[in-house]
Amino acid sequence: MRVFIHLVLFMAALTAAAPRPAAAAVRVVATTEDLASLAREVGGDRVTVVALARGYQDPHFVDPKPSFILEVSRADLLIVVGRELEIGWLSPLINSSRNAKIHPGANGYLDASANVRILEIPTGQITRAMGDVHPQGNPHYWLDPGNGRRIAQTIKDKLNQLLPGDRSYFDQRYADFDRRLAAAESRWDATMAPYKGTKIVTYHRSWPNFMERFGLNVIGYVEPKPGIPPTTSHTVQLIEEMKRQNAKVIVVEPYFDLKTPRAIAKQVGGEVLVLAPSVGGSKEATDYFGLFDYNVNMTVAALKRAAGK
Amino acid sequence: MQSIRLVPIFLLSAGFAAAPATSFAQTPEPQALRQEIDQLRADFETLRQQYSDRLSALEARLASLSEGTPAPSTPPAPAAAVGTSKVFNPDISVIGNLVGAAGKNPLSDQAPLSLTEIETALQAVVDPYARADFFLSAGSEGLEVEEGYITFTSLPAGVLLKAGKMRAQFGRVNTMHTHVLPWADRPLVSRNLFGGDEGVRDAGISVSKLIPNRLMFVDAIGEVYRGDSDVFHSESRSKLSYLGRIRGYRDLSEGSNIDLGVSYAHGPSAALAGFNARRIGVDATFRYRPLRRAIYRQFVGRTEIIWSRQDAPAGLQEDASGFYASADYQFARRWFVGARADRSGRPLEGPLHDSGGSLSLTFRPSEFSIVRGQYRRTQYAEGIDANELLFQFNFAIGAHSAHPF
Repeated sequence: MRVFIHLVLFMAALTAAAPRPAAAAVRVVATTEDLASLAREVGGDRVTVVALARGYQDPHFVDPKPSFILEVSRADLLIVVGRELEIGWLSPLINSSRNAKIHPGANGYLDASANVRILEIPTGQITRAMGDVHPQGNPHYWLDPGNGRRIAQTIKDKLNQLLPGDRSYFDQRYADFDRRLAAAESRWDATMAPYKGTKIVTYHRSWPNFMERFGLNVIGYVEPKPGIPPTTSHTVQLIEEMKRQNAKVIVVEPYFDLKTPRAIAKQVGGEVLVLAPSVGGSKEATDYFGLFDYNVNMTVAALKRAAGK
Repeated sequence: MQSIRLVPIFLLSAGFAAAPATSFAQTPEPQALRQEIDQLRADFETLRQQYSDRLSALEARLASLSEGTPAPSTPPAPAAAVGTSKVFNPDISVIGNLVGAAGKNPLSDQAPLSLTEIETALQAVVDPYARADFFLSAGSEGLEVEEGYITFTSLPAGVLLKAGKMRAQFGRVNTMHTHVLPWADRPLVSRNLFGGDEGVRDAGISVSKLIPNRLMFVDAIGEVYRGDSDVFHSESRSKLSYLGRIRGYRDLSEGSNIDLGVSYAHGPSAALAGFNARRIGVDATFRYRPLRRAIYRQFVGRTEIIWSRQDAPAGLQEDASGFYASADYQFARRWFVGARADRSGRPLEGPLHDSGGSLSLTFRPSEFSIVRGQYRRTQYAEGIDANELLFQFNFAIGAHSAHPF
């Protein structure tokens, strides 16, 4: 037992030897680059923001690396997408963080999905025979700028609570973001308006919020079920369906293999369109505005080409 | 909400039920009756107003409370009749592991087919300061507690404290549950020198602390155990077994990293009663997983070296050592190949060495199941060569657990 007590004392000594400097700004860790971008919009220079998952990586399959534990251990505020998107990797990070501030239920834990519009909430009996279904609805909700505004508002309320002295600063930053987003939204809406009702196909169910917002009609998925890789029979059916409904464009996330989508596109005389599912998902999508600028421009260009064919 | 809404309705109906009874019990004077009705009406109106006010106040409070917490996606199920809530039930998952073996191995008693383990995991947060994890394992030897511990997650000074029965944090393989191993078996070195087929798991206390520095992630772990495993065994309260581990981790790039560890364990020997045993371990893991293709490609190289020293009568010491080195490569979304080289001494027969190697092919239909085939060749010190084909079916139901790393 004596060795053990010595060990504890040794660790206590290590702790005493490394005092932490008082941080000036609120340290925000966001699980995705989208949430990080929105936190920067609202938080300005009163926050430092770090994102864990990169925008070009599948957010369902992120490794819970110890380097992430370090980030989470230093966080004052942890912002998560929620709806079980991070179910495979966030809990080990939180549990190993030694940071009581950011545990679910604590003041420094913020679920960004609290006030957003969630689509595809399953009803009735759900089982894993349906693939990788999210019982709390589709977690890719940030791809609707309306939800982006709601997330920003949720973050603003939380920052106001954490730094009540800077309330007017955050309020003003939010109001400014809200104004710029409204202007951008009318621009995006106008660009997409001529293509309302166009039928398209996507690889995974990452896009319902984006498609609903801009009035595109998703008629099928390359995956037979969420999270299940393409099968030949499903691909054949999908090609038939696309031909029947005259759908030409297949939207794919940057982290999926393009072989099957390309084969389908060749069969239907259409094209594969790789969009950015998140900020950082392409070089151009450097922030939340860039994400939609990129996706809207790329979509319109592809639909234009498809219509010309 | 539903039950709160029902309260005023219930009171109103109770009032109506009571009203005629009271009126009939008294003299049926029309004037008095009217007055009474008017009085009742006024009373109901006040009551209604009061409840309506209280309801809106409650609703406002609820709305403010729900800010910051996710709104429930589906209406909560009605509370059970006994009034207990299922919300606080732990996350439950059950994992089955069926292992089969073919080929000759006179030194192994492995059955041709056996459901080696059914692991039930029960995990939940205890209170704002701790969480608890229980892993109950039903195997050929009956039901036992594989692990069951509390983790204090909110201690000051960046300390993580675990207490209960745990897998000893010695090296990498010993900390892994059977279903997250990249193989159908455990390497020779862990079977010979560190706890047999199950590994070392014991009742004890574990303290871990992150050591802040600019270079890398460093975690220092100190553990004390009762001494009840294949390696350490103690009948006395004053003789415990101790374990120390330092783990360092560093990202080499966004898709590759290196994980290094040194472990030391010391305690009363299980093999030779009355004498001490020691183990020193060094482990290294290199991972490569390009982020853009993370679901299709992955490489993990692992190695672990263990030295064993066993005290013996007359001041003698018996030393043994062993290692494994393995490489696993994911070449398609659901397919993995792997190879492993094994060599290990035996704790009481140091000069004798067993060696071997394995090749494996793994198919993962989904995150929740694994089908694996493994060819294993073992050359025992006795001069016996065994060529075996192992196969494994591993499947999980219930709560989605975190991906192993």
